[in-house]
Amino acid sequence: MTETTIASKAAPVRFEGVSKVFGKDVVAVDNINLHVEAGKLVTLLGPSGCGKTTTLRMIAGLEMATSGRILIGDRDVTKLPATDRDVSMVFQSYALFPHMSVLENVMYGLTFSGFDKHESRSRAVHGLDLVGLKGFDNRLPSELSGGQQQRVAVARALVLEPQVLLFDEPLSNLDAKLRRQVREDIRAIQQDLGLTVVYVTHDQEEALAVSDEIVVMRNAAIAQIGSPRKLYDAPVDRFVADFIGEANLINCTILSVEGGLAKIEIEGYQHSLPSRDLTPGPATLAVRPSRILIGTDAGIPAKVAKATYVGVRMEYTLAGAFGQVFAVQDDVDDPLEIGSQVKMAFAERGPVLLPEG
Amino acid sequence: MTDTTIKATHPVLIFWIIAGWVGFCLLPWFMVEDGIWSFVWLVDGYPFDEDHAPAAFLIGQGEKLWLAPLLVPLALPLLILGKPKSDPQYARILILAGALGFGWLITQGFSIGIRGFNFDWMKALFGEPKIRQFGMGYGAMICATAFLFLLTQGIAARGSINGDVFVVSAIGGVITIVTVFVFFPIAKMLFAAFVTEDGAYSVSVFASKFFDDRLWGLGCFAGAKCGAAWNSLFLAVLVGFITTVLGLCFALVVTRSGFRFKRGMRALTVLPIITPPFVIGLALILLFGLSGSVTRFVAEIFGVQPTRWLYGMPGVLIAQTLAFTPIAFLVLIGVVEGVSPSMEEAAQTLRANRWQTFKTVSLPLMRPGLANAFLLGFIESMADFGNPLVLGGNFDVLSTEIFFAIVGAQYDQGRAAVLAMVLLFFTLSAFYAQRAWLGKKSYTTVSGKGDAGVHPLMPRGLAIPVLGIAVAWAVFTAVVYGMIIYGSIVELWGVDNSLTFKHYVTAFSVRFEEEGIRWTGAAWDSFWTTITIAGIAAPLTAAVGLVTAYLLTRQSFAGKNAFEFGTMLSFAIPGTVIGVSYILAFNVPPIEITGTGVILVVSFIFRNMPVGVRAGIASMSQLDKSLDESSLTLGANSWQTFRRVILPLLRPAILAALVYSFVRAMTAISAVIFLVSAEYDMATSYIIGRVENNDYGLAIAYSTTLIFVMLAAVGMLQILVGRVQIGRRTQLGAEKTT
Repeated sequence: MTETTIASKAAPVRFEGVSKVFGKDVVAVDNINLHVEAGKLVTLLGPSGCGKTTTLRMIAGLEMATSGRILIGDRDVTKLPATDRDVSMVFQSYALFPHMSVLENVMYGLTFSGFDKHESRSRAVHGLDLVGLKGFDNRLPSELSGGQQQRVAVARALVLEPQVLLFDEPLSNLDAKLRRQVREDIRAIQQDLGLTVVYVTHDQEEALAVSDEIVVMRNAAIAQIGSPRKLYDAPVDRFVADFIGEANLINCTILSVEGGLAKIEIEGYQHSLPSRDLTPGPATLAVRPSRILIGTDAGIPAKVAKATYVGVRMEYTLAGAFGQVFAVQDDVDDPLEIGSQVKMAFAERGPVLLPEG
Repeated sequence: MTDTTIKATHPVLIFWIIAGWVGFCLLPWFMVEDGIWSFVWLVDGYPFDEDHAPAAFLIGQGEKLWLAPLLVPLALPLLILGKPKSDPQYARILILAGALGFGWLITQGFSIGIRGFNFDWMKALFGEPKIRQFGMGYGAMICATAFLFLLTQGIAARGSINGDVFVVSAIGGVITIVTVFVFFPIAKMLFAAFVTEDGAYSVSVFASKFFDDRLWGLGCFAGAKCGAAWNSLFLAVLVGFITTVLGLCFALVVTRSGFRFKRGMRALTVLPIITPPFVIGLALILLFGLSGSVTRFVAEIFGVQPTRWLYGMPGVLIAQTLAFTPIAFLVLIGVVEGVSPSMEEAAQTLRANRWQTFKTVSLPLMRPGLANAFLLGFIESMADFGNPLVLGGNFDVLSTEIFFAIVGAQYDQGRAAVLAMVLLFFTLSAFYAQRAWLGKKSYTTVSGKGDAGVHPLMPRGLAIPVLGIAVAWAVFTAVVYGMIIYGSIVELWGVDNSLTFKHYVTAFSVRFEEEGIRWTGAAWDSFWTTITIAGIAAPLTAAVGLVTAYLLTRQSFAGKNAFEFGTMLSFAIPGTVIGVSYILAFNVPPIEITGTGVILVVSFIFRNMPVGVRAGIASMSQLDKSLDESSLTLGANSWQTFRRVILPLLRPAILAALVYSFVRAMTAISAVIFLVSAEYDMATSYIIGRVENNDYGLAIAYSTTLIFVMLAAVGMLQILVGRVQIGRRTQLGAEKTT
């Protein structure tokens, strides 16, 4: 990366008991406490309608919190409108002004920030350079491809050197191939400049790939906060386990707990794994599709209900007394036949115990 | 940017504080007789002459001492200069100053009139001192505006609407002007209905006028005359029904037939925009009047004695149907095209034939649109003034009765007010029904996604009669408009049919002399007045309309629904009602503007405001809201966003609003006829005057000229807007290629 004039004024964001109620009784965000560290990329992840976009818009100042406090840096911004917050945002639709050229779009915010015309211009040019759009200054947004428009939107937000940069589902209008590249670009810029970024998405894979920390939201509240690895390996409940990485949820019984290791039993098959403070009794086992072993000697009896070849691997649906599970296997050369009876077991690492749900 | 706005006093606040002081200390406080722009007042005793003095000088001389308390709210904001916005004192003082100043201005304005105190209890309380004042002038107006915006800035500082000064001020401004120029006159008119001849209030007066036989009589069933209310209602229902049917025929022909001259039919939609409302009546007289060409032709062939059948219900009905069918057509073409073709295609794949598809899918989907067209026709017919005036004969309708109650020998303001109330009741009911019942009930499906289907053609059994009706009516319309042009170049209709340009010469002759051009024609005066007034009103109308549209589409605030209803209300208030109420309200202080050009401008702004609002709403709802939001997050405030993002993208809508309000101001008659004065005569009222003197030639020649002027205006708009759109289309084309 070349030397740029774009510096970071990254600041932490703090939510203290923030709620947002639309109309009289539609609770969009319910008493959220959240701390985003300066220079980190934090993702708000959840199904649609969980309040993640509302949370983002409250940071931007486009929605006003009904109660609670929002701090950016040391400053209480709860009552401050968007104009007066040092935050910028990349919109899902990019929201490029169609009547302005690319350069004018990027300069737009700078002209309100007290820079003279010359300074604004050189900053804007630097910004475009940073996102790899050198020489596109005089194009109109409608003359750019989707990916280029997206970069202009990023440049426009970046050049203001905001305390916090917000992304609202920035990849959802791009095709699958471009997504991976753009998301890597965003992550690279964020890390190079040390920006504080809050990022909204409903795509768990995207969240796992870009984040320092993920905030999983459900029904207007936070379900779990943690690093991608932690959320994947140690979800706190069935919702998080299922939402991140499509875990299979199987009912089991904890027979005994010894030294942090629990012995569980499913249909006569026994398996040992960390107890995570659970006590003997009924519980739920969460197993990722890749952690299911098929065709072991000992295991749970199951029948192959579906088998799908997707190129790099085989995908199976297994049915049994426990219900249905979804499993993948790398062995594509000798696929199992539909209807065949198999034994199913779990990998040594990976499965997680959850409270009975 | 944030630091500067927080520490220093906001420049907008400073501006309004200074404006308040300028209005109080420098500008003439009261209305200046010759108009402020003549500047005669500057040399005529200013600033000490009582008529031209600013308020500060009046007080200094011991005059009009009731203006002195205004100094307190003027001085209050000075206390908070340099204080930060977040200081609770800041908001409190501004609100206090604004409310005090504005409230006191209004209170004193209404309490003290030309003859001293306006209210008897005040006379009793304070005795009858020798105080009096005239209508407020520019000084008072600017002062009041300053107080209003101090108040809105105070409210904004308290945190309403995110503390957005521009939005709060815009809301405050729109509410104030709508209240002053729509609600206040209407309220004043309602009170006038209860006033007896000696000025007291009485319900029985109202009752006697309200239950008058001339209003509600049912004599027509027994061979006598019916009341004006029944006449109006019956006529409006009939016109609404017929125009809807005809409009539907046209819409079907244009969208669902292989008819070759479809494009020509679309041209019909321009007609109501450019036609002064009574012109069709005039053309009908030329065709079917006593000496009309058709009448004579029939009389010669069949030896029938020509009758005056046209004057009355039949004539008005035909004229209004001709005039308002294009409006129904305009509404229904959107509805008929809006029915998603894929629905009809789905019906066809489900084994419905074309007739069944039309009957069971297309028509039911159009139903809300049909009801809408009917209500529009109903309202237009109720409000129409020109055609009944020209063709009504003994057939009394409300709008003309109102006019005769004010202008005729009877001069009965109370009766005019009662009639206006009845008329207002009818149109508001229709307006309310349209909004409450149809507002959310539209099946037209215009989604962003392209609908690849095509509308099926009409079934043959339907196509033939529909096409027949549409073509016949189109030909009739063409003949009527042809008569207008032909009639303007005939010496004396029905008597001397030789062709001449005499009428044009009388109206629009010019003489070139050494000093320059002399406008010697009889019509030039009113023509230039009309162009000037319409030219002043158009940008103001567009501005008010667009700001209102911005508030309605982009902002949410308490009472938004009431706000919307209030601003769209003037659409349903017939022009005659506006005219009467303006005379009643603005003939006396505090706002004394009858007889001036200002009242004409004001009446146009509020008559045509809904046009601007609709144009603005239509195009603003196509702009994604994220454009505003991204501008806000980039540090622009809402005013900068409005100016730099929304306005540039709205250019076509602005142009349209400008041209339509200009054209509508030129063709307006119903409100205008009450408000014109010798000095400010408008083209339409001049023409009506010619008609009343049986000077048809000049009237028609003048009308023809107006039609061509407006055609030119609309054509220019089409070219300008067309260019803007073409510019955009190439961009979209470029997008597809990349």
